[in-house]
Amino acid sequence: MLAVTLLFCMIHLVPGDPARILLGPRATPELIASMSARMGLDLPLPVQIFRFFGNLFRGDLGMDVITNRPVADIVFNQLPYTLWLIFTAIIFAALIGIPLGCYSALHRNTLADRISGILSVTCITAPAFVVALYSLLIFAVTLKWFPAVGAGEKGNFWDQASHLVLPAFAIGLSWIGYLARLVRASMLEVMGENHIRTARAYGLSERTVVYRYALKLAVLPTVTVIGVGMGFLLSAALFTEIVFARPGIGKLIFDSITTRNYPVVMGSVLISTILFVISTTLSDLINAWLDPRIRASL
Amino acid sequence: MINILKRITHEPLGLTGLILVIVIVISAVLANFIAPYDPIALNILDRLQSPSANHLLGTDQLGRDLFSRVLYGGQVALKVALISIAAALSIGVLLGMIAGFGPRWLDNIIMMFFDTIRSFPTVMFALATVALVGPSLETVIAVIIVTSIPNYGRVVRTQTLSIKTNEFIMAERVMGVSTLRILGVHVLPNVIGPLIILASMDIPTVIALEAGLSFLGMGVKPPTPSWGSILNDGYTLIRNTPWPIIAGSIPLVLITLGFTFLGESLRDLIDPKLRKSL
Repeated sequence: MLAVTLLFCMIHLVPGDPARILLGPRATPELIASMSARMGLDLPLPVQIFRFFGNLFRGDLGMDVITNRPVADIVFNQLPYTLWLIFTAIIFAALIGIPLGCYSALHRNTLADRISGILSVTCITAPAFVVALYSLLIFAVTLKWFPAVGAGEKGNFWDQASHLVLPAFAIGLSWIGYLARLVRASMLEVMGENHIRTARAYGLSERTVVYRYALKLAVLPTVTVIGVGMGFLLSAALFTEIVFARPGIGKLIFDSITTRNYPVVMGSVLISTILFVISTTLSDLINAWLDPRIRASL
Repeated sequence: MINILKRITHEPLGLTGLILVIVIVISAVLANFIAPYDPIALNILDRLQSPSANHLLGTDQLGRDLFSRVLYGGQVALKVALISIAAALSIGVLLGMIAGFGPRWLDNIIMMFFDTIRSFPTVMFALATVALVGPSLETVIAVIIVTSIPNYGRVVRTQTLSIKTNEFIMAERVMGVSTLRILGVHVLPNVIGPLIILASMDIPTVIALEAGLSFLGMGVKPPTPSWGSILNDGYTLIRNTPWPIIAGSIPLVLITLGFTFLGESLRDLIDPKLRKSL
């Protein structure tokens, strides 16, 4: 809520009239006045904020002043692309990162563990847009294995999937490292606990102990981390969408900034902020649901 | 200090990190002497060259020497990182101590401010600000300062809160020592350790953010070289030559790796307890 007000004030506190910027230097005063009226800029600031919130609760993010379409429509049109991208990236990262972390924990301090540790750090530190650029350069431009731009034809599953591979890889790579380290750390912690010792004492096979009892607990922190990491995921998605010219909310923000389309910038930044806040809260709840110890304290 | 340095150099990762950081910092600081060409001098005849003895990393679409641009780009990256982290650290420490030590209502206000900032994804916040104020290096620095203050502030607040109830602080208070002196002489040294580690691990994030914004054309203005703007040139030329991308990404990846390795071994050395919480 506060974030939204801050965002709104920010837009209005900066020097320069959005209507004037939008229309360019040659606009007549009358034109600017009518544009301001359309954007509601002629009202006093508190009234504007109040109106904005009123509209927001009705799911109305205002009108795009350039194309005259509702901002909410535009944003929600683009949102699924970004969500799919983030979802695929996380699944990809989890599929590689969790087993890797598990393996490192079980073979602690061996050469393989050390190599995977260094690889993980390297993956984490590589900025998403650099990975995106390289995968574009290597797999799309040079080898031509995957398409370089866009999101594929609507309805054509394989086309869309092949357009998803490289962007998801670019976002997911740093998360592989992240998840691997996280799972390794929590796995080591869990393996030292009493119930694992008990399970071993019962003579259960090592495989059962690891997969049925230890891994289940060790994966818990990843849920929180993914929830809190939504901000990073959204940022990474923004860069990858721009590099691969892929539709999505990041590309929408970037494009509307370059065209100075303020209602769209606000609407899309707002939606991604809400998404971020929701996912943080949700991950806390899921964690509480999964872990009886936290559930008791709530 | 020397002791810590010694112990870092005994660890392979810490040593690698230290060497990478030192090499890149020195090459950026001495760019004026090392760089074989002027980073913004045009030479259209020699454009889009592959690496050669004359141009170590090749040239871009305007014939500018990429190696020189990378060296000068390092100055921009380090400038942004140092200024913004130093500023965010000092403001964060100040606000965090006030929140931890001051009255309850002030604590609530400051925490609300922190939470508000933290509820934005950083890049979105940066883009929204740049959209409004216009792209420049100062804007980037300002955005990074504002978005990193809460990270430091929250750590300082928690630490201050736990120190506040210690007996030696109580004793100081009974003796009538001023709040300012308590904060400066007794609280500050106790909170600064973890902060230094946090800051050294933040440097790569900040450098990557600056490069990212410059890559989007929302950071430094052309023709100033920055690793991000070199990458942007590379992106537009991706079908012609791979060299600008390679040239722009090498230092970026190396310095983030360097600072991460360094930060991690520092953390393990100074405060093993932090290993879990970070």
